Amino acid sequence: MKRRDALAAVYPQLADRVVVTIMGAVAAELQSLGHRPNFFYLQHAMGLASSLGLGIALSRPELPVVVFDGDGSLLMNLGGLTTLARYRPRNLVHVVFDNESLLSVGGFPTATSTGSDLAAIAAAAGVPRTATVRTLQEFTKAFGEALAAGDLTTLVAKVEAVGPSAYVTDLSLLENRYQFQRYLRERKGGTA
Amino acid sequence: MPVSLTHSRLIHDALKACGVRIVSALPETWLVHLIRFAEDDPEMTLVRLAKEEEGVGISAGAHLAGVKSAMLMQNHGFLASVNGIVSCAQLYRIPLLMLISHRGTHGERDPWQTEGGLVTVPVLDALRIPHEVLTAPDHVAQRIAQAQTLAYSASRPVALLLGRSLMWEEA
Repeated sequence: MKRRDALAAVYPQLADRVVVTIMGAVAAELQSLGHRPNFFYLQHAMGLASSLGLGIALSRPELPVVVFDGDGSLLMNLGGLTTLARYRPRNLVHVVFDNESLLSVGGFPTATSTGSDLAAIAAAAGVPRTATVRTLQEFTKAFGEALAAGDLTTLVAKVEAVGPSAYVTDLSLLENRYQFQRYLRERKGGTA
Repeated sequence: MPVSLTHSRLIHDALKACGVRIVSALPETWLVHLIRFAEDDPEMTLVRLAKEEEGVGISAGAHLAGVKSAMLMQNHGFLASVNGIVSCAQLYRIPLLMLISHRGTHGERDPWQTEGGLVTVPVLDALRIPHEVLTAPDHVAQRIAQAQTLAYSASRPVALLLGRSLMWEEA
């Protein structure tokens, strides 16, 4: 499964959800599918996308939040999984694209390449719903179920270690930040 | 435990008066009452962290979602949060209110706190984070309010160092 295909498959379901991504390929690929004001790309601070998503989910429990994380980022903030589980925001779906490498800095293998199992770590941390998926069909199904479940889910999607040719886009970081904040200010609860 | 209950209450009340609704924290001796007050206050959400840097992300998310927050941590927790402060809060212009217990200063008896005490202010200065030390109870409310005002007007992190004479009562 390619990450961009996975993002494309669920893109229509992101229309009225609050989306937070990590930096690098995830941010660039989601933007290439079409930026929306409800998408925020945390273009640094590796590990903190899930914490930022938790901050939104706790502040606005009526809003559905989706975090697109990565193996390299999550490995930098494994403790954050215990915090996520502890507060168990029912409105947060945490997707981890696991390509078993730090792709944007040369593809160096992460610990998931030697067997560390992020879904098992999330489950052991106390996240109530976890799964690992390997095909586009499995991912699409599991993502839809997670959105419908109304409970905290960490969904690990094993993806190929391929990404876009460039990571810098023409959306400036602060433009994205203020547009996203304005969206949240004007946003009412629920989904369409 | 000679952590000042009265002064901890003053700090909690000041945060509340500023509209702070989410407090993220990692326990340390000087913060025990503050953390308990946040936990017991039905108008506040306490987020207990595994590591302080998570609190930067939580506060950033809360700010973007329209909720005022504060971080409670020891100076070693601040040191552990530096990358998040720089590459989340400063990069994205997040008003971050940090209350940092200033361990390792004059009067410190724990040897393990002493290195952190030496570097906290220089690191704050290197990051260009405005900071003040809270030492006397009568300026707590005003300085917390002023720190929050600056954090919002500058859209940047601002720090208040909780001093020994405010937090610790001993002969």
